Amino acid sequence: MKVLQKVLPFLLLVALVAGCAAPVAAPSAPAGGGAAAPAEGAQPYAGTTLRLVGANHPWQEAITPLLAEFEAATGIKVNFEALGEDQLNQKLTTEFTAGGSDIDVFMQRPLQEARVMQLNGWYEDLTNCVSDPNYDFADFADGAVGTTTVNGVLTGVPIVTEQEVLYYRKDLLEAAGLAVPTTLDELKAAAAALTDKDKEIYGFVARGQRSPLVTQFSSFLYSMGGDWFDADRKATINTPEALAAIDLYGTLLREYGPPGVLNMSWPQAVAIFAQGNAALYTDASSIYSNMLDPEKSAVADKTGVAKFPAGPAGSIMYNVTSWGLAMHSGSKHKEAACEFIKWATSKEIVLKTQGEGAVPGARESVWADPAGAAAFPADWVEAVAASANGRGYDRPLVTAVTQARDIIGGAVTVAIEGGDYVAAANDANAQFQALLDSEQ
Amino acid sequence: MITRFIDRHQRWLFPAPAVIFIVVMMIFPLGFTLWNSFSGWSLTAGRPNTFIGPQNYFDLLRDARFWNAVLNTFYFTALAMAVELALGVAMALLIDARDYPGKRIVTSLLLLPMMATPVAVAMVWLLMFEPTAGVINFVFGQLGLPKQLWIAGSSSVIPSLVLVDVWEWTPLITLIVLAGLAGLPSEPFEAARVDGASYGQTLWRVTLPMLLPTISVAGLLRFIDCIKTFDIIYGMTGGGPGFSSETLNIYTYNQAFYYFNFGYASALLVIFFTIVSGVSLLVAYSRRRLEV
Repeated sequence: MKVLQKVLPFLLLVALVAGCAAPVAAPSAPAGGGAAAPAEGAQPYAGTTLRLVGANHPWQEAITPLLAEFEAATGIKVNFEALGEDQLNQKLTTEFTAGGSDIDVFMQRPLQEARVMQLNGWYEDLTNCVSDPNYDFADFADGAVGTTTVNGVLTGVPIVTEQEVLYYRKDLLEAAGLAVPTTLDELKAAAAALTDKDKEIYGFVARGQRSPLVTQFSSFLYSMGGDWFDADRKATINTPEALAAIDLYGTLLREYGPPGVLNMSWPQAVAIFAQGNAALYTDASSIYSNMLDPEKSAVADKTGVAKFPAGPAGSIMYNVTSWGLAMHSGSKHKEAACEFIKWATSKEIVLKTQGEGAVPGARESVWADPAGAAAFPADWVEAVAASANGRGYDRPLVTAVTQARDIIGGAVTVAIEGGDYVAAANDANAQFQALLDSEQ
Repeated sequence: MITRFIDRHQRWLFPAPAVIFIVVMMIFPLGFTLWNSFSGWSLTAGRPNTFIGPQNYFDLLRDARFWNAVLNTFYFTALAMAVELALGVAMALLIDARDYPGKRIVTSLLLLPMMATPVAVAMVWLLMFEPTAGVINFVFGQLGLPKQLWIAGSSSVIPSLVLVDVWEWTPLITLIVLAGLAGLPSEPFEAARVDGASYGQTLWRVTLPMLLPTISVAGLLRFIDCIKTFDIIYGMTGGGPGFSSETLNIYTYNQAFYYFNFGYASALLVIFFTIVSGVSLLVAYSRRRLEV
């Protein structure tokens, strides 16, 4: 009943919108055909309005003030709707499922939703759009493009890349006479030494919420020698390596983490760190400004960034494209949408979003340009460069990824609470195997 | 001509808008959900909306998360209803006990929690429950009481959510019971007084039995609301920590809008609907027996 209650209003809305949209789309068609008046030659899509749906994210904050430039240059109006990550996914899926959505361009998390959306045919393949030699698509890092390419379809242009890094409090480590942890054993020892619960200083903080924790747990899993499943698609959540990783992550948060960690995703964990209540914190490199910007953080001048610590298998962190810019296959303004995507991911604009807006992009030429790295702290750039060979996924590469995250994250939360995590991992492994089998 | 048509078909035409509304907004969605529950419709598996028989229901019976959700739903509902009914009736008796200046104002103040938007309520309680920076633990600390995890602990999360529900919805019970009290005849009370009954005896043997139909209506309303509580749980825990506050409604929502298994979610809804209507019928039936 609920499904329908949600979908039915959309159907009605879509019917309304479809009725209204048709005459609006009509005038732009001849313009796109090149028959426009000569004066408008430079602006073949003038008058078109693009509907862009995206997330509340530093990239959105960086691109929004630049939209006026694009609008002035092309005459295309861009309406950017920004939503929370979960709401974004639901909005996109609901609108696309109902059909006839007028979304033209959207922000997408390739590892989270690209497989589902590609399976359902909601992507316009961008291969042709990015083939313009002036645009220089080859400039994008291969790994980043690999992440957004699903079954041969270029589902999106990479806009944000991230790696898992270690944030640490220089002053606390120094006061305790400790070096920056380079191994997971050192991390655990330092977390234990720096925890002073009476003063509300916690040695370690990270995500403890069931689903959000999975991506940040991944580097622990990889570095302990584990993975989500093996080459034969056999789930490996309960191997000795995986169990060691689950135990380590659970112990760190249970013994040295703040109270209430089970309800923490990154905004809550960042808040604890930025208020000065935590000494060590592992999370995505892309959220560093929350800790290093004096306006957002009380410990901005005392925070350092380091490469993810090494486990028995070495230091294996994730290194992924966390966001891509995609075009909806049902868009009625595909040429204009392509113009926008090319503009937003051009060298010039990436230099601005990355160099000034400090959003790590995927263009190699921008990273090579001193101006492209200027906005970032030196130790951050070093940590990110050291993560170049990290794994290209921070969650299992399956279609039902949300379900997989809940299954795996559920077992990790048992460890954080000090429960029987071995039984939970065995259970999770069986469920995850069933999910893997159902997708073959 | 048209007038004559209307005159002749009056009994069809006048209820038509209501009938159409019910068909479009209730019967069709219900039927469609029922159909979906027998289909394998899933966006993540790429399966279309085709008939697969009762497979979803068989899968549900073996689904540990489903049973966990059933348990959580009834735990939450039972705890919330017990506290709300006891508190609500007690408050009504207290307010009704005698006349005093400002009685009306007290009754109006009772309405305030119910007028707040549930999601806003959830957000405020979320901040108050925060274990390190929240005001509740601060007060606990000042009073020398041990700090609690509240919604961040898997055993304390449901009682904490019940606390929020109690805060918001106990006044509803109080108001219904107050209305019931106002409608009671005065003769039985006079008779009890003449017979020398104490306050406790009057309450237990006269007031409460006569209020029972009212209380059962209030209870039924709260039952239906409690069992389908969504906003405060979604807003505060999303079913966590782990799965310890995942009720049937939250699980269904996850299946439908996070996993996109529409067929499976529909089967969950059909079971949910059966439970709610089953209990409602039971209460309605027992109420009729009570009144006879």
